[in-house]
Amino acid sequence: MAITVLQMSKHRAAWRDTHWRSIILQALVLLALAVLAAWMIGNVTTALSHRHVASGFAFLDHTAGFGIAQTLIDYTEESSYGRAMWVGLANTVLVSVISIVLSTVIGFIVGIGRLSSNWLVAKLCTAYVELLRNMPLLLQLLFWYFGVLAALPGPRESLTLGSGIALNNRGLFIPLLVQQSGSWLVWLGIFAGIAIAWGLYRWAGKRQHDTGHRPTVWWAMLLAIFALPAAVLYATGVPFTVSWPELTGFNYSGGLQVIPELAGLTLALSIYTAAYIAEIVRAGLLSVARGQHEAAQALGLRHTHSLRLVLVPQALRVIIPPLASEYLSLTKNSSLAIVIGYPDLVSVFAGTVLNQTGQAIEILSMVMAIYLTLSLIVSLLMNLYNRAHAGQDAR
Amino acid sequence: MTPPVTAAPPTAFHRKRPVKKIGVLGWLHANLFSSLFNTVLTLLVLGLLVWAVPPILDWAFIDAVWHGTTREACETVGGACWPFIFQRFGQIVYGFYDEAARWRVDVVYVFGAVGLAWLMIPSLPRKGWVGAALLTLYPLVSFVLLSGGWFGLPVVSTEKWGGLLLTLVVAAVGIVASLPLGVLLALGRRSTLPVVRILSVVFIEVWRGVPMITVLFMASSMLPLFLPDGLELDKLVRALIAVALFNAAYMAEVIRGGLQALPRGQYEGAAALGFGYWQSTALIVLPQALRTVLPDIVNNMISMFKDTSLVSIIGFFDLLGVIQAGATDVDWTGPNTALTGYLFAGALYWVFCFSMSRYSASLERQLSQGDRR
Repeated sequence: MAITVLQMSKHRAAWRDTHWRSIILQALVLLALAVLAAWMIGNVTTALSHRHVASGFAFLDHTAGFGIAQTLIDYTEESSYGRAMWVGLANTVLVSVISIVLSTVIGFIVGIGRLSSNWLVAKLCTAYVELLRNMPLLLQLLFWYFGVLAALPGPRESLTLGSGIALNNRGLFIPLLVQQSGSWLVWLGIFAGIAIAWGLYRWAGKRQHDTGHRPTVWWAMLLAIFALPAAVLYATGVPFTVSWPELTGFNYSGGLQVIPELAGLTLALSIYTAAYIAEIVRAGLLSVARGQHEAAQALGLRHTHSLRLVLVPQALRVIIPPLASEYLSLTKNSSLAIVIGYPDLVSVFAGTVLNQTGQAIEILSMVMAIYLTLSLIVSLLMNLYNRAHAGQDAR
Repeated sequence: MTPPVTAAPPTAFHRKRPVKKIGVLGWLHANLFSSLFNTVLTLLVLGLLVWAVPPILDWAFIDAVWHGTTREACETVGGACWPFIFQRFGQIVYGFYDEAARWRVDVVYVFGAVGLAWLMIPSLPRKGWVGAALLTLYPLVSFVLLSGGWFGLPVVSTEKWGGLLLTLVVAAVGIVASLPLGVLLALGRRSTLPVVRILSVVFIEVWRGVPMITVLFMASSMLPLFLPDGLELDKLVRALIAVALFNAAYMAEVIRGGLQALPRGQYEGAAALGFGYWQSTALIVLPQALRTVLPDIVNNMISMFKDTSLVSIIGFFDLLGVIQAGATDVDWTGPNTALTGYLFAGALYWVFCFSMSRYSASLERQLSQGDRR
């Protein structure tokens, strides 16, 4: 009672009270922010009215009027700026996905190689990581595009592999599978075969779990994966033709052309990112305690089984979160495409479209919003993954 | 008839000689030819090295052109074109900086090198003072020297800055400015004040979620719109602001790692001693947190240093920009010129980054010594 009276009687100034002080501080921060925003918006409005730039997103429907070297979705010069943005985004996704796959393969090989008991292999992999990690990606991109790919011979002196594959300074030409009507049945057959094989695998695992005996299913799985699509292929009369690249005049026609910009960007991104992935893989494998491997051996597991069942699952838990953020930075790094003219989101939309329309604020906000959305989706997936694995630990 | 001899257990004599584990042959066996798989691997790698390394060395040194002053000297030979580097060396180091004023750049280089060396050599005293001078006094002196306009030094406009000078300026500003900003943002992200926390989180995640190139575009084409009509910020200053803010977000996440790693007891101990927020942060929390993440801070500096090359995209002639401009110049254009330029620039970047990464690794070893008992 006495204490309460004492507290009541003691009038403290508001800035000495933590509660009030925090409220005042936050109010001041908000106020400063609001003033800054108002000032900037005022400046933008005057600047735009002076330059006679119409703000807003109406320009997205205007005709683009420029061509794009690589279009995964329908696009012509008559298409709109908005359509050009989607073309760019599709190209960004394409180069990112290809590079992610390649960099993961190279990264795992190099990362495991660094831990090899073979001295030469370990040193070579270390050299790979130390050499590529310590040079800017932009430099490596210029090297691959202007230094290596541009130095390739012209179409007439192409480097060829058999008759189907040609590499020259116009790009890489490979045979293309052209789908005829009814080809979807074959795809359906392939997916159905894989699904059946997976079901058989699960069933065998369940039988082993319940009875202790694992039924032999590998031949049935092979049959499902290969024989089923083959049967469908035969029944539908092979609804595919192959388009071969051929030298006609001064360039190749037919087949699938991988433009040199795509090849250069993919090379640079995969080789550079692989160095980082290798370090992630190495750290993950080293993080598994030595005793785990010894315990697996003591239980009588074979080396491959101890890798598959004991070591890799534990290492993956350490590897996957940084791997995801590495994939994300690869996707962001693909925006360097603008330097060599690969038509990605930044190069098409924040480059060509921005130069033509001058809508800097709208375009840059849209591009940043798209990359932010990609980042947020990946971190959401990562959180889900982490939660799932935290749950596993708790069990 | 000889009496049967009771022989010693046959294994003692017939067991195979143990594999030699010492000496050159032992080492070779253990590390290169321990199994069939390893032998095949070794031979494959050796084949790869023999196939790839000699042609590269041939190109860079033996078939290379070393003398001459023009493109013609390089046209006939299939090797590296070193005259390109020799002729452009001034541009590579100073950009288009006025030749009469280049001594000022040299002074800045020397001071920076001496200061950094002082910090890195363990036996030298007064590291705190030198470090503080490097972070405060040195940027001021460098600014005065490089831009001129004071003490009778003629002004050299930032458009003339380039080459290694510009790369180092961008990297240094990014590093020096992003540290305090990053500390503030990291503290803000862990603040109990919701407004401060949310603003910090949004700031950090937005910058980290977008590619640096869009931030640079923002600085070059969007920032002028946000400033009042009369106020024209220098193009380089705008780029530097963008680089500093972008790096601050990454730095904040590194420092947050250190704050999180700090045991709770340290915060409680500070509170028990009657320290307020700023006292405990400045005297207890930050010194320990920054110390733990020092290697990560250096690693972050490496990526900042590499990322400075992106300013060439928005029209600056940094180290890579000068090389690229030279390689596409009609006076020098040719496949070997470009490759020589990339090789030289790559080697320069590599030396900087690799020494930083070695330094970071040695810091990590030093710092973990206390934990290893």
